[in-house]
Amino acid sequence: MKVIVQQESFSPGQVIQEFQDALPRGKHGGVVSFVGTMRDFNDGEDVVSMTLEHYPGMTEKHIEQVCAEAAERWDIVDCLVVHRYGEMFPNDAIVLVAVWSAHRANAFDACRFIINYLKARAPFWKCETTTTGEKRWVEHNSKDPKAEVSDLEGVK
Amino acid sequence: MNISIRYFASLRDRMGRADDALELDGDSATVSEVWAKVTDGQSIPDSTLISVNMEYTDADAVLKDGDELAFFPPVTGG
Repeated sequence: MKVIVQQESFSPGQVIQEFQDALPRGKHGGVVSFVGTMRDFNDGEDVVSMTLEHYPGMTEKHIEQVCAEAAERWDIVDCLVVHRYGEMFPNDAIVLVAVWSAHRANAFDACRFIINYLKARAPFWKCETTTTGEKRWVEHNSKDPKAEVSDLEGVK
Repeated sequence: MNISIRYFASLRDRMGRADDALELDGDSATVSEVWAKVTDGQSIPDSTLISVNMEYTDADAVLKDGDELAFFPPVTGG
């Protein structure tokens, strides 16, 4: 299990491959990944850049907790989370969640669980800059009706 | 007792500062009592999230000497 919170941009595919290369050979049958990227629009306005703030220490601690929780709930081989903070631009990868397991169902479920937790609980805050130069805090993440958070029950 | 307080994101902007260091009489206080002290008696705004020593808690939590308290708006990562 590895959690990285970093300012630098990253290439999700490269990070996944490097992590996978270090895993025990032949133990996983697949990897499921989610990559969150930055849109150039939000709440009806064009967005040119975004700055993500976090709570150093608490952010890492809570992502590590949920990865451990996922490893208890599902039979997975390993998981990797990378989340950026600082300034970023449209198309940039914001977050990567990747889960390796012997069979796909566990990797899908664990990956979904981790990203849903991240969005609901990990202390990050987005501040957008619009084309007019206005800076505004994002009050809440976009509603995704299929992103259920009910499976977060029992997570501290 | 001494409590350190941190504010994040839009809540930090509203407070006009990123942190406070508070010295209180006695050896315990609740989160809501501390908030009232740093805001001249206001109540905690709805939807504000609270952590003590980097674990989520609520306004009734009792603080002890050396605790790090934080207030922040709903999170928007991912």
